[in-house]
Amino acid sequence: MGLTLTWLSIIILIPLAGLFLKSLELSPEQFWNILSSRRTLNALRVSFGLAFAAACVNLVMGSIIVWALVRYRFPGRRIFDAIVDVPFALPTAVAGVALTALFAEKGWLGAPLAALGIKVAFTPVGIFVAMIFIGIPFVVRTVQPVLQDLDPEIEEAAGSLGASRWQTIIRVILPSLAPALLTGLALAFARAVGEYGSVIFIAGNLPNVSEIAPLLIVIRLSEFRYADATAIAVVMLVVSFVIIFAVNRLQRWAQSRIPAR
Amino acid sequence: MTIEVKNLVKKFGSFRALDGVDLKVNDGELLALLGPSGSGKTTLLRIIAGLDWPDTGEVGFNGEDALAQGARERHVGFVFQHYALFRHMTVFENVAFGLRVQPRAVRKDEATIRARVKELLDLVQLDWLSDRYPSQLSGGQRQRIALARALAIEPRILLLDEPFGALDAKVRKELRRWLRSLHHEINVTSIFVTHDQEEALEVANRVVVMDKGRIEQIGSPDDVYETPATAFVHGFIGESIELPVQVEGGVIMLGDRSLNLAADGLVPGASKLFVRRHDMLVGPSGSGAFEGAVRHVRNFGPVQRAEVALSGGETIEIDAPRDRELRAGDTIGLNPRRYRIFAGA
Repeated sequence: MGLTLTWLSIIILIPLAGLFLKSLELSPEQFWNILSSRRTLNALRVSFGLAFAAACVNLVMGSIIVWALVRYRFPGRRIFDAIVDVPFALPTAVAGVALTALFAEKGWLGAPLAALGIKVAFTPVGIFVAMIFIGIPFVVRTVQPVLQDLDPEIEEAAGSLGASRWQTIIRVILPSLAPALLTGLALAFARAVGEYGSVIFIAGNLPNVSEIAPLLIVIRLSEFRYADATAIAVVMLVVSFVIIFAVNRLQRWAQSRIPAR
Repeated sequence: MTIEVKNLVKKFGSFRALDGVDLKVNDGELLALLGPSGSGKTTLLRIIAGLDWPDTGEVGFNGEDALAQGARERHVGFVFQHYALFRHMTVFENVAFGLRVQPRAVRKDEATIRARVKELLDLVQLDWLSDRYPSQLSGGQRQRIALARALAIEPRILLLDEPFGALDAKVRKELRRWLRSLHHEINVTSIFVTHDQEEALEVANRVVVMDKGRIEQIGSPDDVYETPATAFVHGFIGESIELPVQVEGGVIMLGDRSLNLAADGLVPGASKLFVRRHDMLVGPSGSGAFEGAVRHVRNFGPVQRAEVALSGGETIEIDAPRDRELRAGDTIGLNPRRYRIFAGA
């Protein structure tokens, strides 16, 4: 007990407290000025906005992938199942370099897209793509066990009670998966907000356009403006806490209705 | 509602789950499909429900072609072995589901739905659970809710797939009796699948015994127990002694011993002799068709169960009344009060 708390304090709580203390060196006015500067606001907007959009895309695509992996038996299913974990395992810098090479104007995907007038690498779209890439396993791995547990018989039951396919999905399947889907969404979002390695390669990092908040923190640190960096960090920390808290509540809500078997 | 099934065939790969099944179910009947696992009984039930489709054959409801309709249009209540309740819905909403998904044109108003659900929960005697979630109920309660949910749509036919299979023995017995009286009350044509002979014989009006995708016998519980049509039915229902015999020139041979039993009208060749355990009467040595030595005796409620080594080499178990005390080592004569012989090894 004591050991656990001590360890937890050293590893997590003390650094976080240090972060808050550091930001206390700023007066509320200075704090506000840093946060309300155009560059900071834009960086936060890029980070949170794109992360949320990417998480939503992952929610939809992840659900489809999970459905296929759980409900269908096709050749190579195990391989696809393993591929889902690649974004987990790949060093983020490697992912960033790979995505950049792929989507650069002369890359395999970048070239045809450029011909259509769509530029991905070194734009916010690039950030979006990288965030989708790193977020997908979170949705898939959260929803997968819940869907596996969902007996196909309940769909047959709904059908024989007169429900159409659409009614079955809306009234039976989605509500059963909802807690897991929301948890997956929150995890993918949290990961995308904090993502640094894979994004900075592909982003282009133009201030106010494609500069993410974590990068701005690094920039401020390299300029020795520690207080600025911690102010931005504190905002991100608070938002992350809120997300984790929400995830926890979601899981508790889900468990209160669905028994552990 | 009557159900006619004609020449139904269903294959899963090379496995013939149904191998030419014909069946007619009368209006208001409570029919049991009885058989070991893999006999095709659940497949037959699922095809009638519209959850599976046959390779060939016909299914008619009151003479109309049911195979032209999906599960949704057939208006059939289906109860699953593992309940298949919607776990994110309360008991009340589970039962109301079938009423809420009706097309807008025929959907009842909220008050009517509430009244109907209340009525159904009363019928299954669980109205006090309406705000609970399925996870908070016992197995027996869940199955009764599943039944109420199936009845909500006023089904033309009620189908139950091993409805008590997942429950413990005591609850199972209660629910059996309850199902029979419920059927008496609502009188909808019902079919239930079971591998438990006692359940089938106790609950159903008629029993269909299936094996390997075929129907072995259709009859009343008395028929299938008293006059089994095939060797399989005799062996499957009730506890039987099964002996390999040879029919030759009007005599029945067990090994090299000729049994003093009538062999009129029997087909010569290898056959099987079946006797119920309690139909083997014990007498003094030399008095019966069989001779044997008692190996072991266990008192078994009203009867004593004895393991007897026949002089032909086979060992059988018999149930004898307690009036004549048997002891290990006794040599006894045995005479079957009733027996059946089926041709084929």
